[in-house]
Amino acid sequence: MTQVRSEPIQSVLGGRRAVVASSPDLSEVPERPEGRRHILDLDDFSPAEILGVMQNADVMKEVLHRDIKKVPTLRGKTVITLFYEASTRTRVSFEQAGKILSADVINVAGDGSSVEKGESLHNTALTLQAMNADIIVIRHPHSGAPHFLARNLDSCVINAGDGQHAHPTQALLDLYTIQSHRGQIDGLKVVIVGDILYSRVARSNLWGLTKMGAQVVLCAPPTLIPPDFLNSSRQVEGHPFASVQIETNVERALEGADVVMALRLQLERQRAGRLPTLREYSRMYGITPKRLELAKPEVLVMHPGPMNEGIEIDPEVAHGARSVIEEQVTNGVAIRMALLYTVLTPRRGGSFPLP
Amino acid sequence: MKPLLIRGGRVVDPAQGIDKIADLLLQDGLVRGIHQRIDPPDDAEVIDASGSTVCPGFVDLHCHLREPGYEDKETIATGTRAAARGGFTTVCAMPNTNPVVDSPALVEFVLRKASDEGSVRVLSIGCVTKGSNGEELAEMGELAQAGVVGFSDDGNPVVDSNIMRQALSYSSAQGLPVINHCEVPELFQGGSMHEGWISNRLGIQGIPASAEEIMVSRDIALAELTGGRLHVAHISTAGTLELVRQAKDKGLAVTCEVTPHHLTLSDATVMGVRDGGSPFDPLTSSAYDTHAKVSPPLRGLADVAALVQGLRDGVIDLIATDHAPHNRVDKLCTIDEAAFGISVLETALGSVMSLVHSGEIALPWLIDRMTAAPARFLGRSDLGTLREGAAADVTIFDPDAEWTVDADGFASRGKNTPLDGMTLKGRVVATIFGGEVVFSASP
Repeated sequence: MTQVRSEPIQSVLGGRRAVVASSPDLSEVPERPEGRRHILDLDDFSPAEILGVMQNADVMKEVLHRDIKKVPTLRGKTVITLFYEASTRTRVSFEQAGKILSADVINVAGDGSSVEKGESLHNTALTLQAMNADIIVIRHPHSGAPHFLARNLDSCVINAGDGQHAHPTQALLDLYTIQSHRGQIDGLKVVIVGDILYSRVARSNLWGLTKMGAQVVLCAPPTLIPPDFLNSSRQVEGHPFASVQIETNVERALEGADVVMALRLQLERQRAGRLPTLREYSRMYGITPKRLELAKPEVLVMHPGPMNEGIEIDPEVAHGARSVIEEQVTNGVAIRMALLYTVLTPRRGGSFPLP
Repeated sequence: MKPLLIRGGRVVDPAQGIDKIADLLLQDGLVRGIHQRIDPPDDAEVIDASGSTVCPGFVDLHCHLREPGYEDKETIATGTRAAARGGFTTVCAMPNTNPVVDSPALVEFVLRKASDEGSVRVLSIGCVTKGSNGEELAEMGELAQAGVVGFSDDGNPVVDSNIMRQALSYSSAQGLPVINHCEVPELFQGGSMHEGWISNRLGIQGIPASAEEIMVSRDIALAELTGGRLHVAHISTAGTLELVRQAKDKGLAVTCEVTPHHLTLSDATVMGVRDGGSPFDPLTSSAYDTHAKVSPPLRGLADVAALVQGLRDGVIDLIATDHAPHNRVDKLCTIDEAAFGISVLETALGSVMSLVHSGEIALPWLIDRMTAAPARFLGRSDLGTLREGAAADVTIFDPDAEWTVDADGFASRGKNTPLDGMTLKGRVVATIFGGEVVFSASP
């Protein structure tokens, strides 16, 4: 076994050069940012770091399309996914990402584990750490659960969705999907339609999209928009979302859009008194083929899934020519490979074992 | 008990309008006098207080001692020891224990336990409703005879408007106040912090200011209707302050209190932002500080500024701690799961002294709001003053001493404070209760 210092990503992967039109020379990729141990949200990512992740994802995507989808990069590393909420795509995506990179991936769900016996998050996490988990990937119904782990554990923590707060890996794969179609994000009009108030996807995308220079429009009935976005409190110096537009009329929001992102609408919102009916929501805010005509012809239609087809998005749109929803899923694996690589790569002065 | 001579301190007794360098003599558990120079009686113990402030022992109208029922969070013994360390010589214990203090037997238990094991004086507050469940009035008459100093279902608001009306009316026969924790459940439930930018970015369900203001407004209307005595607990918003101001202008029997944390901390504390940080900065792993989760929530900066103004101009009657100790596990979790409350007694003075150091509040006025004002509220002429013949309850503190908060070193079982590790300026040097030194800082 050879000990190699600061190996460029391609030789680590033992692969060919990835071919993506917009991809710059990988030798310039800042693939190992100093000190990034956790991925909690995108608020602490610089645009350069986001670009770096996307460029690494290009390389990972090439691995993903090989016949033999396996590289030894993370051999001997343990990734534990700790999911306190139901999930298909995010959990499987992390598992696949880890396995392609040869990490040992162990999945723990709230159901069927000691969580059911009433074990606290703190004790569960300490137990997993005691088993020498290198990374804990956590999804939790409460905002801030990943920060709580990051504060109390030595392991790397990746946020796979916490409450209403953040879903940074989803936002990165969304950015990556936009970037790979349009070559850039800067200046694009991105419209996010739906349950903004409760959406961790929207919150992380707000950070990511604004950092990358997109013009973001949030569209929903006022009851599903955070109250402080509805008043003048954003008009203070230095507010990161000062340029974000709020639009309660979906037709006006969609005019000239480059990207439309529909969010899942939960039935609970009706019960909580935030909506009269899902039917009315669908009629007022659903993304239909007719409404999509208001957007640019080359518009990208996105959805983080799982979809309520016929409510927030018409099936014709969801599976239509402008939809990149399935591509988002594929890109999710590549992005998560890139992120696992990022947090597990040694800091400067360390070394990385190669086969 | 030996006489005690406290020599050469800055004696501040707002009740008498005294603020001068002087000696203070305590004898037989009572204040004997304040003079420029007192020769110590032969057997007297002498405390050199030069450079320190000498004032009446602080009176806390609102704290949670947790006993009986929640001895893992606090006991009367540990809570009163914490009080002594914080300069408090009288604390009023809220009745939301288990069982709740809704009968004379429970009042007796608290008071006897306090006299057996307590370091300072404990007064008991009784429930407004039986079981504190908001449905039927507790036996307020008998509770008053047993010695309670007010009624409160604190922890919960009195939600039912008719019950609140009857409580204000019935208690007027005892001349005692109803102390209400004002928050309407429909706007409060599920929330963990102030609603605003920070709750939005943290993805935490917010509690709007109107949750408090709606109930304060209702209670003031009911106080007017009944002529009862209303005391609004721990006010947190600028809007509440205005409502109380209007009620006072009308001449209603409405008073209110504010906590040290609502005067000095904002909702940015939940985000882990300290001095110099911006609410727009990236979150760090110190975000989601469960120790900053408190009810009512820490509000925005404009509210904090308004409360300081309200304290200065006298709309706020007094400072109360709302000391709410919890055990470690109650806070070692996510914000949504965490208990509400801060352990305050041992940091109260250091917190509010920041308002003196910044020039916002004059020292004698601050002391008034922690001594004479709450004593007046309780109708106790023997407390909160250094008048001759008053109880020999004295706090000596160094207004300029800087110290670092070490929650693990608290006497309170509740180590739950967002101030852990922070430096405060203003420290209790000694606390004297009934003429005896119950706390003395190691030099």
